[in-house]
Amino acid sequence: MFRYIVRRLIQMIPLLIGVSIIVFLLGHLAPGDPVRMLLGEEATQEDVERLHAVYGFDQPLPVQYFRWFSRAIRGDLGVSIRQTIPVSTLIFERLGATVELAVVSVFIAVLLGIPLGLFASTRRGSIWDYLTMIVSLLGVSMPGFWLGLVLLSYVALHVNWLPMFGRDVSIMTGLVTLFTKFRADDLINAFRFLLLPALALGTSMMAIIARLTRSSMLEVLSKDYIRTAQAKGLKKGVVVVKHALRNALMPVITMVGIQFGAMLGGAVVTETVFAWPGVGRLVINAITQRDFPLVQGGVLMMALIFTVVNLLVDVCYALVNPRIRYE
Amino acid sequence: MKYLLRSKSAMTGVILIGILVLVAIFADMIAPHDPYRMDIWNSYRAPEGLGGTFVLGTDDMGRDVLSRILVGSRVSLLIAVTATGVSLLFGVVLGAVAGYVGGVVDTIIMRIMDLILAFPSILLAIAIVATMGPGVINAMFAVAIVRIPAMTRVTRSMVLGLKEEEFVMAGTALGLTNRRILFRHILINSFAPILVVASLNMGTAITTEATLSFLGLGAQPPVISWGRMLALGREAIRTAPHLTLYPGLAIVFTVLGFNLLGDGLRDIGDPALRGQK
Repeated sequence: MFRYIVRRLIQMIPLLIGVSIIVFLLGHLAPGDPVRMLLGEEATQEDVERLHAVYGFDQPLPVQYFRWFSRAIRGDLGVSIRQTIPVSTLIFERLGATVELAVVSVFIAVLLGIPLGLFASTRRGSIWDYLTMIVSLLGVSMPGFWLGLVLLSYVALHVNWLPMFGRDVSIMTGLVTLFTKFRADDLINAFRFLLLPALALGTSMMAIIARLTRSSMLEVLSKDYIRTAQAKGLKKGVVVVKHALRNALMPVITMVGIQFGAMLGGAVVTETVFAWPGVGRLVINAITQRDFPLVQGGVLMMALIFTVVNLLVDVCYALVNPRIRYE
Repeated sequence: MKYLLRSKSAMTGVILIGILVLVAIFADMIAPHDPYRMDIWNSYRAPEGLGGTFVLGTDDMGRDVLSRILVGSRVSLLIAVTATGVSLLFGVVLGAVAGYVGGVVDTIIMRIMDLILAFPSILLAIAIVATMGPGVINAMFAVAIVRIPAMTRVTRSMVLGLKEEEFVMAGTALGLTNRRILFRHILINSFAPILVVASLNMGTAITTEATLSFLGLGAQPPVISWGRMLALGREAIRTAPHLTLYPGLAIVFTVLGFNLLGDGLRDIGDPALRGQK
């Protein structure tokens, strides 16, 4: 197992170098001079050149890349052109919000998706089965950001309890208040703000999980050992949950891992809709302001998290499935 | 074809897509109003339902929402078809070459694909358009790039499997050229799974385009696109929720059509599932 992890980590190095080159080029191939944009049309050529030198834009591209890369691996992603604050500071301030949103969305997706799939599979061919599958098919076909807009206009506007935009405190802070001051208001507040964005982001994953759980359950339910269990006279609930569901969940768990990365991408847009103060919204705002160091840093950070999450999923998978390790 | 007609989901998909294509072609004729015509006196009119003047209401400039949705189908479909076509072309060629030639070529192609897959796809599309500048063509290009790896992978795996088949060895023994074997014999037999991925890709492409346009990175005014309509609707979310509801529904039903078709085609291609409900 250790050797497998080491091998996967070594394989990650060229991939991350490639990612860094792409991210670097994305920032530098863009038309328009960010310095000129920052200083405005009336700035003199000298001013522009001086600021170019400050940011190192006067060097050849490979030199700029190596400088940027050697700083980036030490955690220095440069300074935001617009906000004149280190990019890494800006990103780390908001990373928690993005991760919180993604994690809660996954929870919602799993908590709703598995029971839905289970429910449909045990009533195969019934009207409930069809209804569940139609709902999940719609969920898969729905852009999360649109669902967010619909939730805002048709739910948040009519339910005073649910705020429309932004974020209050983090769940972590809420938990700390709960356990130190024995007050639940912070935690409730955190969830009030989180509920709709997480629902918007998690719905498509929930639909995918429901569909997969159903098909996986149907396959398992037709196995001989299920018939044996039924023949022994076990209750239906015991057979379904203890014998079938446990075996049917393997592909579902894999899918959760794969989809978690996609969540990070989806979060970018969902954050914009709900004015959620995460990395995604930071990147989108940076794009509109043509703040390229910030765009680069944000995209790099997201890709890094995405790659690490995928690695963790693979490692977990190898832990439970030894065949993978020896391939 | 026989199975296609019998597959409920594939046929529902075909019908939904058929309606969409017809709407896109005849949008000008069936649109009840001029989608570009502004009429400030009639701005933010609520949907009046069938029989009303403005069936789905009007937007901030008093433009008819239904007409704009009908005309907007063109950009969505155009971007999705072109992007999927481009990703299909590159994906199939790259995947076929990687699978058939193998060795270093395979490694290089697949590592490049891994590189594209190292980014959440929507984020990469956003970053590409942000670099190249907003617009329909650039959005199309970005959507195509992020869809290439899926196509490459499925083609490669098909080619790897078929390469060892007897009919391919027979072809080699007969002295056929590699190119002929690859394109005339192997790829023809990989058609079904490639079609499934292409259909599902169309759905994703529609969503990605809508996302880009929503963020202001896709179609620019005065081009009408569903994503842009949603962006405008968002600004009036408190007063005119219909501006976000209906363009979104158009997206949902379009994507649904392609997903149903893709699912149906996959079930048809899998003999184990054929005939099952």
